[in-house]
Order: sequence, then C-alpha cells, then structure tokens
Amino acid sequence: MRPAFSVIFLTTLIGAGQGLFIALYMAELGALLGLWTMPPGLYFALGCVLSLAFLAAGLLASFFHLGRPERAWRSAAMWRTSWLSREVIALPAFMAAVAAFGLAHYLRGAASLTLALGAAGLTLALLLFICTGMIYACIQFLQEWHTPLTVINYTLFGCASGFLLGTAWAAAQAPALIGVSALWTAGFTLCALLTRLASLARNARIRPKSTIQTAIGVKHPRIAQKSEGFMGGSFNTREFFHARSFAWLRGVKWTFLLLVFPLPLALLAAGAAYASWPLLAAAFALQYLGLLAERWYFFAQARHPQNLYYQAIS
Amino acid sequence: MTQTAPAELSVPVEVKHTTCYMCACRCGIRVHLRGGQVRYIDGNPEHPLNQGVICAKGSSGIMKQYSPARLTKPLARKPGSARGDNQFVEISWDESLRILHERLARIRSSDPKKFALFTGRDQMQALTGLFARQFGTPNYAAHGGFCSVNMAAGMIYTIGGSFWEFGGPDLERSKLFVMIGTAEDHHSNPLKIAISKFKRSGGRFISINPVRTGYSAIADEWVPIKPGTDGALLLALTHEIIHTGLYDREFLARYTNAGYLINLDPKSDAYGMPVHDASRHEEIPEYPRNMLWWNRLTEQPAPCHAPEADPYLLGQFRLADDTPVKPAFQLLMERVKDYTPEWAEGITGIPAATIRRLAHEMGVTARDQKIELPIAWTDSWGTEHDSVTGNPVSFHAMRGLAAHSNGFQTIRALAILMSILGTIDRPGGFRHKAPFPRGIPPMAKTPKGPEGVRPDTPLAGLALGWPGTPDDLFIDADNQPVRIDKAFSWEYPLSVHGLMHNVITNAWRGDPYRIDTLMIFMANMAWNSSMNTMEVRRMLNDRDSDGEYKIPFIVVCDAFQSEMTAFADLILPDTTYLERHDVMSMLDRPISEFEGPVDAVRVPVLPPTGQCKPFQEVLIELAGRLKFPAFVNADGSRKYRDYPDFITNYETEPGSGIGFLAGWRGKGGEKFMQGEPNPRQWEMYAKNNCVFQFKLPPSYQYMRNWNRGYHEWAQRARLRRHADPIVIQIYSEVLQKFRMAAQGRGPAKRRPPAHLAQRIETYFDPLPFYCEPLEAQATDAHKYPLNAITQRPMAMYHSWDSQNAWLRQIHAHNYLFVNPIVARSQGIADDDWIWVESMWGKVRCMARYSEAVEPGTVWTWNAIGKAPGAWNLAPGANEAELGFLLNHLISEELPHPSPSGKGLGGAGAPGDERISNSDPVTGQAGWYDVRVRIYKAGAHEAQQSSPQVAAVSALPGMQSVRKTWLAFVAGKKK
Amino acid sequence: MSKQLALVIDLNVCVGCHACVTSCKEWNTSGAAGYMSDDNPYARDPTGTFFNRVQTFEVGEYPNTQTVHFPKSCLHCEDPPCVPVCPTGASYKRAEDGIVLVDYDKCIGCKYCSWACPYGAREVDEHQKVMKKCTLCVDRIYDESLPSADRKPACVMACPTSARLFGDVHDAESAVSRAIRDSGGYALMPEWGTHPANHYLPRRKTEITLHRDELERVDNPLKIDGKLPKPDLRAPSLDDSTSW
Ligand SMILES: Nc1nc2c(c(=O)[nH]1)N[C@H]1C(S)=C(S)[C@@H](COP(=O)(O)OP(=O)(O)OC[C@H]3O[C@@H](n4cnc5c(=O)[nH]c(N)nc54)[C@H](O)[C@@H]3O)O[C@H]1N2
Ligand SMILES: Nc1nc2c(c(=O)[nH]1)N[C@H]1C(S)=C(S)[C@@H](COP(=O)(O)OP(=O)(O)OC[C@H]3O[C@@H](n4cnc5c(=O)[nH]c(N)nc54)[C@H](O)[C@@H]3O)O[C@H]1N2
Ligand code: SF4
Ligand code: SF4
Ligand code: SF4
Ligand code: SF4
Ligand code: SF4
Ligand SMILES: [Mo]
Repeated sequence: MRPAFSVIFLTTLIGAGQGLFIALYMAELGALLGLWTMPPGLYFALGCVLSLAFLAAGLLASFFHLGRPERAWRSAAMWRTSWLSREVIALPAFMAAVAAFGLAHYLRGAASLTLALGAAGLTLALLLFICTGMIYACIQFLQEWHTPLTVINYTLFGCASGFLLGTAWAAAQAPALIGVSALWTAGFTLCALLTRLASLARNARIRPKSTIQTAIGVKHPRIAQKSEGFMGGSFNTREFFHARSFAWLRGVKWTFLLLVFPLPLALLAAGAAYASWPLLAAAFALQYLGLLAERWYFFAQARHPQNLYYQAIS
Repeated sequence: MTQTAPAELSVPVEVKHTTCYMCACRCGIRVHLRGGQVRYIDGNPEHPLNQGVICAKGSSGIMKQYSPARLTKPLARKPGSARGDNQFVEISWDESLRILHERLARIRSSDPKKFALFTGRDQMQALTGLFARQFGTPNYAAHGGFCSVNMAAGMIYTIGGSFWEFGGPDLERSKLFVMIGTAEDHHSNPLKIAISKFKRSGGRFISINPVRTGYSAIADEWVPIKPGTDGALLLALTHEIIHTGLYDREFLARYTNAGYLINLDPKSDAYGMPVHDASRHEEIPEYPRNMLWWNRLTEQPAPCHAPEADPYLLGQFRLADDTPVKPAFQLLMERVKDYTPEWAEGITGIPAATIRRLAHEMGVTARDQKIELPIAWTDSWGTEHDSVTGNPVSFHAMRGLAAHSNGFQTIRALAILMSILGTIDRPGGFRHKAPFPRGIPPMAKTPKGPEGVRPDTPLAGLALGWPGTPDDLFIDADNQPVRIDKAFSWEYPLSVHGLMHNVITNAWRGDPYRIDTLMIFMANMAWNSSMNTMEVRRMLNDRDSDGEYKIPFIVVCDAFQSEMTAFADLILPDTTYLERHDVMSMLDRPISEFEGPVDAVRVPVLPPTGQCKPFQEVLIELAGRLKFPAFVNADGSRKYRDYPDFITNYETEPGSGIGFLAGWRGKGGEKFMQGEPNPRQWEMYAKNNCVFQFKLPPSYQYMRNWNRGYHEWAQRARLRRHADPIVIQIYSEVLQKFRMAAQGRGPAKRRPPAHLAQRIETYFDPLPFYCEPLEAQATDAHKYPLNAITQRPMAMYHSWDSQNAWLRQIHAHNYLFVNPIVARSQGIADDDWIWVESMWGKVRCMARYSEAVEPGTVWTWNAIGKAPGAWNLAPGANEAELGFLLNHLISEELPHPSPSGKGLGGAGAPGDERISNSDPVTGQAGWYDVRVRIYKAGAHEAQQSSPQVAAVSALPGMQSVRKTWLAFVAGKKK
Repeated sequence: MSKQLALVIDLNVCVGCHACVTSCKEWNTSGAAGYMSDDNPYARDPTGTFFNRVQTFEVGEYPNTQTVHFPKSCLHCEDPPCVPVCPTGASYKRAEDGIVLVDYDKCIGCKYCSWACPYGAREVDEHQKVMKKCTLCVDRIYDESLPSADRKPACVMACPTSARLFGDVHDAESAVSRAIRDSGGYALMPEWGTHPANHYLPRRKTEITLHRDELERVDNPLKIDGKLPKPDLRAPSLDDSTSW
C-alpha cells in the first residue's frame, strides 16, 4: 500500500491521545486505590486538554484523507458494518468523554463522577483502538494486516506513546507519578516490541494467497504481465504501491525499530532518573517520529492483491 | 452515480447516422449529439460491416473531434521564415485558392508532371485520382504506394482478386483458418466478428507470425516464423500437398491454368509461354483463351477448358510439331521439388514436422470436409452445375507477407497454395468482394510513354494501372521512367500503386526530374510513412545553391498538426469525418461484402470547426477554376456547385450512368450500379444508414472467376467490360513476358536496360520461388542478426491518434519487444535503455521482454513515437521523450549493386548506385526487411529516445494553452 | 433467488482491442456516472478515470507462449467486500439486480472501499474526488427511451468479438449461466469468498487429429495424373529386340 500520511498522522496522534488519557485515568485509579497520592486537578484537566489536542489534531489530519471533507458527517452512517464508521463515532464519543473527564476534574467533581466518566473514557478508548485497528485488520486479503496483532500492536503503540507522553506530563505536573508511569511506559513499549516483532516475523513468512494465477484464473507457473492497459499511471498504480526500493523499506524498518523502542526507552530511563520533563518529552518526540515510520512501514509492507493486476506497461 | 442528475443529462439527445473514419474500415456509426456536442458514438446495428459493434478508435471519435491539435485555419509559411521553422501566418481561403490556382495553372500549361499529388490513408482515391488525371500529371498515388501493393499485385496477377480490401476468408463456413502476417488490417471489426464466430463454432485457427499478439493470441496454434521467410514455408507446404496428392485436382484442372501446356523449346521465341492455338479466334486479345491442354481422355492436345476434355496436370508431351511441352502444374511440381519441409525448416525456423502437419491439415480438411450448397450455377464454358462446392480451408494474409521485398513471389505462392487447395471464391475459402474479381491483369493502364503527359490536357490514361506486358510500362524511349516515383519503369514494372516512399527523395534529387509543387493530403510523409525519416526531413528543407527549395512548393492538407505540417508552404485545414460528405466508392475500394457490392457515404453530423473546409471542396473548386474538361460545361462554366453536387451528377463519361455511388441511381433512385444521376441520392443514402448494399443472387455469389451468370450481370452493371472467365494463373504469363523481354525475346517491343536485365529475369519468374529479401541479401547477417518489424496496435491508427486524449493513455510510448534469451545474451534487462542499430541508422529506446516473439525478431508498435510538439502535445510528452519511430532504421534506398555483390541483380547503371528498397516486381516498400543489432545504452546516456528532432509549437488557430485536465461531458454549458 | 446481473468475459475470443475500454469511457463520461476526468491529457503521463481496462499477460515460455488479453472491470461481487466497509453507505449493492454502485452524492472519497476490493476495480476520480467504478451501465440497461436491443452495457455493445456477455447469472437458463456452465466459466481470486458475479471463460483449443490412411487414399489425384510420364510409344522396347 502507499502510505497515506493523513492516516499515519491520524492513527499516531489519536493513539497517543488515547494512551495519554488512559495514563491519566490510571493515575486517578491508582490514587483512589491509594497506590499514590492523588495528583492535582489541573494535572487531569490540562492532561485532558493535551489528550484532546492530540485527538483533535488526528481528527484534523483525517480530513486531509477525504476527497470530500465537507461530507465527512456522512461517515457515521454505516456503523453496523463499517469499522471506519465505528471509528468515526467512537472518536468524537471518546473525545467527549475525555473532555467531560477533564472538565469534571477541573470543576473538582465528585470522585464517583470522574471515576464513571473515566471508565466510560477508558471503554471508548479501548473501543477506539479496536475500531482503528480493525479498519486495517478486517481486510482479509491484506494479509499483513489481517491479524489480531494489527489491533494489539496499534493499541500497544498508542498506550506506549500515550504513557510516555503521560510520563513527561507527570514530570511536569505530578512528579510522584514519574516512576510508575515510566514503568508502565516501558511495559507497554516492551510488549509492543514483542508483538511488533511477532508481526514482522509473521509478515515475513506470509505466502500471499492471491497469485497471478488466481488473479487471472490461468494455471501456469510462468505468467508475466506485459501491459496493465494504460501507460501514464492510474489510481490503482498510485494508491496501492509505495514505489520505494527494498533498501528504503529496510531502512525505514530499522529506523522505526530504533526510534520506537531502544532510544525512547533509554531517554525514558534517563528522564525518569533525573525527573526531567524535557528529556521525557524528547523521548516522546523520538518515539512519535518512530511511530510515524512504523505506520509508514505498516502500510508499505502490506501487499495488496490488486497490485497483481498492475505490474507492467508497454 | 449521482442520484440528482446533472442538468445536462436531461437535454435531449439526437442521433445521426454516418460512417466512421477513425480507420479505413468504414463501419457504420450512430452519432448521439447532446446540445450540439458529441455525446456518444456507437456502432450502427443495421450496418452490414460492423453490425453494431465499434472499436477502441471508433469509440474515441469524440476526442478526435475536440482535439486541441486540430488545424482550424488556412496557413501560409511566414514570409521570411525558412521552411521547417514552423512559422505560419493565417490567410484566407480566397487567398489560398488564388495561390493554388495561379501556381497550378502555370504548371499545368507548361509541364503538368511538375505537380505531384500524393495522398495517404485516403478513402477518396476516385476523386484525388480523377483530379490528377484531369490535371494531366502522372504523379499521383495514394497509400497503396507505401502500404501493401505486393498483396494487391501478387494476388490480382494470380487469381484476379486479393485480400486487403478486395476479398477475404469465408469464416462463416470455414473449418480451418490460417492467418499469416496480419495484426489488424483494414477489415478491422468485420474480421473480429468473423474470427470469434469461427472460433465459437469450433473452427481451427492457426496464426503464422513472428509475434503473438492480437488475433494471434486467440489462435489455436501459433507458428512463429522468421520474418521474410514465408515464401519458403508456403512453397514447402505446396511441395508437401502436391507430393501427398492432397491438391484439388478437379478445381485445378477446370479453373486454373495448371493444365495449360507450356512451350519448353529453348530455341522457340515462345519458350516458357503457354502454347496458344493460333487457329482459334481470340475475341479479346488482352485475355486470350486459346491455350491447350493435353487431354487425358484422348491422349491428344485439346483446347483448354473444353467441356468434354480432362487435362493432364502432370507429365511431359510433345506437340505435333515436336515442341516439348509440359502442363503448368508439372512445372510447379518441379519447381517445388527441392522446397522440402526440411529445407524450409532451416530458413523459417519452423520444424519440418510442423510444416508437414500443417500441409496435411490443410489438405485433408479441404478434401474431406467438402461443403456442398444446393445452388445451381453455370460456368463460363457453359457447363451447368447443380451445386456450389467448397473446401473449408481459408487464409488471410497482410503486410507480414506484403511488406518484404520478396513479398510479391511469396504472395504468388500463397495464392497458388490457396488455388491448389481449391479454395478460390468458394464457400469456406477465399471469397471476392465487388468489384473483384478483375481480369488478369485488370484493364486499367497508364499511358505508355511521355507523350501521355501534355500541357493543359488530361493524362492519356490512368496515373496507376496494371501492365500486362513490358510494352505497357510508363517509360520513355531511353527506358527512363515518366513518373517521379519511377513506378512502371524497368526498376519496378508492376508498381501498380506507385512508390510513395521514394517520392520525396526522388523529387529532392531531381531523379528522374525536378518537380514544382508537391501536394500531400492525409499523409504524414515527414514522419511515419517515410523511410530514412531524418534525411527525408532534411530533403524537404534542402535548397539549391540559388536559394530555391529543391522541392519549391509544398501544400499539406491535414486535419491536425502532424509532423508534416511544419514542412508546408501552405496548409489547408481539413474537416473531420463528422463534419463532411465522403464517398466510399465502387470506383475506389468500396466496402463490399462477399454477397455483393456495398458502398457507403458520410454525411456531416456537425458543422465544420473554425475555417475547416473539406479537401473535396478544395479539389472541386480548383478543378472548376482550372477548367478541367470533366469539371466544366461546354461553355466553360463550372459544372459542379460543390462536392455533394459533384457526387450526385458526375458520370465517368457523359451518359455512362456510372458515378461515384452505385446506390439509388436513376431519376427516382430506382436503379443501382448504373443509372442516371438521382438528385435525391444523398438523401436516400442518409435514410438508409449511409450504406448501399446489393446482394447478388446466391448463384452469382460463388465461383465468380468463372461464373457466367455473374459475369453477365457484372457486364450489365458495368463492373467489367468483358464477361470472359478469369483463369487462375498458377503459371504467370505476364511475368513470363517480362522475363522474355529480359532474355531478349518474346513479342514485347521493349527490352530492359542491360543493368536491369538480370534483375528482371530473376524476379519475373512465372512460377513462385524463394529468395531472401533484398536487404537481407545486402546485409552482414552476423553483424545485424535480428529482424526488426512493427505491428499495428488495435487502439491507434498510424500516427494520427496521439492527439486523442483517451487513446494516448493506452499507447503513450512504445518499447522494443525482445525475446529474453536474446536480451539476456546482450546483458539487457527488462526496461533497459538500448540502442537498435541497422546499416542505416540507430535509435535509442527501451526494451521490453516478451516470450511472444520469435528470438530472431524484435518489434514495436507502429508510429507511436512522435516529434516533440507535434499533435499539440506538451514538451516532455511520452510520445516524444520515450517513444520512438522504427523508420529511422529503414532506408528508402539500397546500394545497387549490393556491397556483397550478390542478389540485387545486375550491375549498376553508370552513375546509378542506388535502387529503391522495394520489391523488384512491384515497388512494394520493404518496411519489414530491416536487419538490426541491439545493445545496451551507456549508463551515462540520457534516458530519452533518440534521435530527437527540434520541437514545434502550436500553429495559429490551434489552442495554444493545453488543458491540464479534462472532464468531458457532452452538452455541458461552458 | 433474486437477479444478479453480470458480465461474462470470454478470453477465448478476446483479442485485446480495447473497444470495451473507450466505449465505456465514452458512454459514462457524459452519463449518470460521469464525468471521468483525464489528467495531463496532452502532456507527459496522461492518466484518467476508466471503469474498464484491458491488460495483457504472457503465459509460458517461447515457443509455447500464450498471450492472454484480460479485460477487467468491477466484478459486482455477490459478497462485495467493498460495500460493508464504506462508512457512508455510498457503496451499495442493489437488492433487485445485484449491481454494486457508488452514490456520488454520499461518497466522501475516503478510498476505504478501494482498499477493500482485491481486484483493483475502483478508481477515485481525481477531480470529482469521489469513488468510481463500473456501473454495469445501469443508466442504459433500464432506459426505456432506448430501443430494447440497446439496453445493454456500452462495452458489450461495442465488443467486436462478442467476448462480453451480459445477463443474469442467477437465472440458470440465461446465456451467461449457460456459458459459465458449458465453457468452464470461473471467478477471479476465489480464495477471498467474494463470489464475483462476473465470470471469465478460459481459452479453448481446437485441434485436428490426422490418421495415416487419410494421406493414402484411393482417390489420390496423383494416380490420375500419373506421376510418371508415359514413354513415347515409338521409343525402343523389348518388343523390338526379342521374341519368345
Ligand atoms: N488499429 C489499426 N488498424 C489499422 C491500421 C492502424 O494503423 N491501426 N492501419 C491500416 C493499414 S494502412 C494497413 S496497411 C493495415 C495493415 O494490417 P496488417 O497487415 O495486419 O498490419 P501490420 O501491423 O503491418 O501487421 C503485420 C503483421 O505481420 C507480422 N509480420 C511481419 N513480418 C512478417 C513475416 O515475414 N511473416 C509473417 N508471417 N508475419 C510477419 C507482424 O508481426 C504483424 O503481426 O492495417 C490497417 N488497420
Ligand atoms: N515503420 C513502419 N512504417 C510504416 C508502416 C509500417 O508498418 N511500419 N506502415 C506503412 C503503411 S501500410 C501506411 S498505409 C502508411 C500510413 O502513413 P500515412 O498515411 O502517412 O500515416 P497517417 O499517420 O495515417 O497520416 C495521415 C495523416 O492524415 C491526417 N488525417 C487524419 N484524419 C484526417 C482527415 O480527416 N483529413 C485530412 N486531411 N487529414 C487527416 C493525420 O493527421 C496524418 O497527418 O505508413 C507506412 N509506414
Ligand atoms: S474499425 Fe475503423 S471504421 Fe470501424 S469503428 Fe473502428 S475505427 Fe471506426
Ligand atoms: S470487484 Fe471490487 S469493487 Fe467490484 S464488487 Fe467486487 S470488491 Fe466491490
Ligand atoms: S470512498 Fe466513498 S464509496 Fe468508498 S468507502 Fe469512502 S465513502 Fe464509501
Ligand atoms: S458495464 Fe458499462 S460501466 Fe461497466 S465496464 Fe461495461 S461499459 Fe463500463
Ligand atoms: S472489446 Fe471485446 S475483444 Fe476487445 S478487448 Fe474488450 S472484451 Fe476483448
Ligand atoms: Mo497501409
């Protein structure tokens, strides 16, 4: 697939926003459970604003993906069948929950209220992760995507980046939480590393179910396309090909593996040790860049069977 | 889909019928107009040709009509600018016509041959030819001259008809269909319709072609062959069929000259000629019928075709005067004796076993699957037949055979193979289309010498004709050609369509003479229809020491800014096919079907764009101003108001009743073929789908070479003067006459010049033989091991569709297709930039691997490469940047004698070191003879095709700013 | 079972002429599914919206090569993966005849449906910014103002080899169903369970088997023509020189 930048930004931004919210909610839950002292209301309220900023930025990015953004409202219609539709519903619902949760904290609402709103937010965040992940995972013939790992990875990346952001946020607003937050971050990041490595390993071994033989229905071991029917390109040659070399792809893979996992973890350790929010913010920034690369790679690695039909001009 | 329909969809659509001209096939179309714009063009279901279907080009007519490359104004070369600079100023039609009139009148009253009119894919040769003839110039030819004259001549000199637009395979009844060297052809949609029906009804389809694309793709068997070697294959097939006794004896005996006795007395002045029985009176001296058979039933000579006789086809006999004779078929058998399948395998690359099997398939199918139709008919000798029988083996062949310099004899071999299988004008085999069959050769003749060209006088004959003996050549007392292209000279005696590919070179060199004005209509002779394109472009601009252009004045009539327009002094903007009247006439090459004559018209469905004017109107206007006899009344006043008026009222001779159109003649439209002019003829055509079809009674539909009923009908309909049988020339008397002249004997008064005698003697063999194409003979095959050929893409017509926004998306540029074995041996990867080099030049292009090409062959789509800026394409367009033209590699001339010293025949005339790269019999351009080598382009070289020519810019009257995107919706308010 | 209209494409006769490509464009660009824009129409790399493309494949190695021309448009899947994913409902499959359509008025151009089509049969129009695809010429086949013979898709009407059959594949007696049954019609990429309504008919080969005796028959004309010339009766023979 050709990586779609608006979608890459959408998924990475809202993922971080979702993760951050979960981190905030965990902070409240832990505090209520007495694991640590309750951070100040502003930590939550401004944290929610931060989360919302990410979510809104993601939403904005998504508009750039649309040919007819003015009709975006229509996209909620098909929630019964379309994960995209569901995402379109879940995202604003989640944003509303985040806003409510933040507001409740800002207004020093009762714990039961914030707890309930947070629980709703958490549920919606998880739902949103699922919806977003399923948008990709549900397309069965995009075999690289058609696995629970797609949803899991996406969720873990969102949590990892969100918690990393949360750690930096804690460093600024609630230093008591740095340690535990860093631990959670590291945990999510390591889990993400494991599941992402699993998906890389899986994808490396995928034998495409569709072949040129099934594509045109001719059973012969040697088939080569000579003409795709046009010469100046088409939507089909633009949308589904990354048009990059293998070396470039490999470069991107190593880049994201470095940027998403070891480098931020190292910075995380340092930032947590020195309780330095700039270091932690840098860790987040690095990881975010890495996640952009990861999403790019996620797209690029997916081999769309339609490409079997678009291989040669003459 | 939009639920709320855009407003323009509700505007009513009006449907008009006319005839397509996105190619020469001439399908009937329905043009759907909305708000005055073309909304849709589809096939006319009522049309006999295409029966409702349409092709990729036909469906893209909209983009032709609204193309930004259209010329819309008459233009004159800007004063002071040099030719080829592409600097033009608008002028009025009045002024254009005044210039033309003045110039042409001057030429006509001094030396008419200094005016040359050459036309390309023209479907109005009847008019352009008439214009030239009335002008008095011999220098006229249409596209046949660079197209497929071998196909026409090779078959017409043998069976009186041909493929191409003259006849074709009866696939409705055929069981085995062999297609040779055809990619698309003129009968485009009908052939596709027929092949698919044929395949669906279980017919077996074999394609013989170095390349497997298009039609060959759906063949049951593809037989790859080395280009230029079909003669060897066909002769080996003939060998095998004769030697296994699979020939149709009865057909050969009755309907061909296979049983004619040939004089084999080397001392006789008639050596090699059929023996004529002088005691029998000849009604028609041009078509003698007094030959002899050796009657098997009496063991005596007998008049040929005597109903009570049966000739020996084999054997040797002595006449009463002791003259040794053999039946022609015996000579054919002897000729093919050594042409064994094993011999052919070495030449064609086709395994001998395959050749044998093909021969057996043909022979056995022809013999055992006989068709018998309950149709009674009478043959020319009076024998009545209760049924029409046929052998269901059919062939189709085109330029894969024709476009080689050995093509004439190859095509003779094919016609003979078809004849020995007994498949001429019979069900399931080859069928003629009116006005064919013609006499062998057809009667039309050119003048025989320079005296036929006189000031202010129409040409004393036709500009193109069918020589029957050397005395029919169009040469002067010194054996020099009268025509600028040297057609009908000793160099190319049977060049019945002219030699378009030599016109510019000859005119530039002044060999045989200089001309003054070259008028080109609908031909892109500065590009894809010239060989040696770069040099030809230089010649067009070349000047004498006195500064005068070597070709002083060039007029181009085109509908688009082609590569040719830049070389014009005067550009005449033609209309498109949707904007004009046109006639597909019986006097030209109509669209007849097997069942009988069909002709067709175009009627305008849209008004002309800008100041476009139909070229016909220009010709009618000039003919009137120049006072051509056929175009003025006795009082000198103009006879025809305009082209439609001309078509309605013109008769070949006053009162002949023969005009351009055969339908709805007679005062009230009650007559056909012949009849007085009908003032409402156009209307009647328009009402009848723009097509007139005459269906012959079934008894006249077959065996037309020898069908008395048909001949009498054809004579009454004035299709032919005579009603004599047209006997298939297994052994060609015409060729033998030329050969005898070269041997210094025979009745012909003319003798070839010494330097051409051997060439004539070699190539005018009355029996088919195989030799390599001339270029191969002259090439070092080790240095240039590959044959390079082109093919027609189905979705493009020659050069003229690159301006079409839809079609150019399908073929934006071209590749050289190479078998991977060959490419890899040169270190060439798929997609690599490579050089293709011939003896004459080189081009840089991209390679594309293909398993569907014979390894000794490389090929590309024809005429996709374009000059930058031509066709109003933007700089950097694929056609110019990545596309290439194979023509750069092909030479219009070959060294004479050849450097290898072998083959080309005879020593060079003093001072004459070149001869056209053409078939020595017909002057057919040897497009597919070029030999090349390929190698990888250097890593540092530009990734751009080469050679490149200077870019041209849009002409006045054209859209100078090109749209960056289109969203065509017919009838949308602008 | 309800109707399922579809195309059946006979690869046995398709010569790759592209008539179906441009006739489709021509009909649809000025029709209800229009416009179909073209970028760089007269410049480098011209590219545009088409609902139907004809591709070429080479199968096998020289000299046993098959050249396969392969037209492809939306296959109107019975279980179209492109439909449920569409968030707006712009993509839908008609209950009455199984045609899969896009409602341009609803489409937001998110391209998701095209990702969900394994066949590459959808194209975003780069200027109208909505998803487009073959409509089975729904604006022709039911148009009562057209003569009934013309109520067929443009590409079907155009195809010179009648390689494109059109009809109801749910009607066992329709020409398309019969063609599928009798000629081994198959679906593309069956592995995805999309059940394309469009089918393809494979290449079929006609051969001739010859038996040896067919070359050696009694009516062989060589027997009549006498391969060997008869000697001159007057030439010397044993009769002249011996007596028994
Ligand atoms: N779409 C379309 N149709 C056209 C035209 C067009 O430009 N476009 N042009 C029209 C014109 S003017 C003409 S003359 C006709 C020509 O119609 P065709 O004769 O069908 O056209 P070509 O493309 O020249 O085809 C020549 C075929 O012969 C093969 N060939 C080449 N050399 C040999 C050989 O030595 N032996 C054999 N057996 N095969 C060989 C080539 O591979 C090719 O397939 O088409 C007409 N129809
Ligand atoms: N290498 C190679 N060269 C070849 C061939 C080949 O097979 N290989 N084939 C040869 C053959 S068979 C042929 S017939 C020739 C064809 O050669 P041409 O006849 O020269 O080729 P076209 O490209 O058809 O050019 C005809 C011109 O007609 C113009 N035209 C189109 N429609 C109209 C109209 O309505 N009115 C007017 N006035 N002009 C119009 C076009 O714009 C174009 O400039 O090419 C020959 N050249
Ligand atoms: S075959 Fe030629 S005449 Fe017929 S529709 Fe196509 S372009 Fe027109
Ligand atoms: S071919 Fe593609 S676009 Fe058409 S119905 Fe099937 S999945 Fe949908
Ligand atoms: S592009 Fe249009 S039709 Fe496709 S999924 Fe999006 S809204 Fe639906
Ligand atoms: S059915 Fe209509 S829309 Fe579909 S490919 Fe054919 S012409 Fe195009
Ligand atoms: S129109 Fe018919 S023959 Fe031509 S490419 Fe399309 S399906 Fe094949
Ligand atoms: Mo031609």
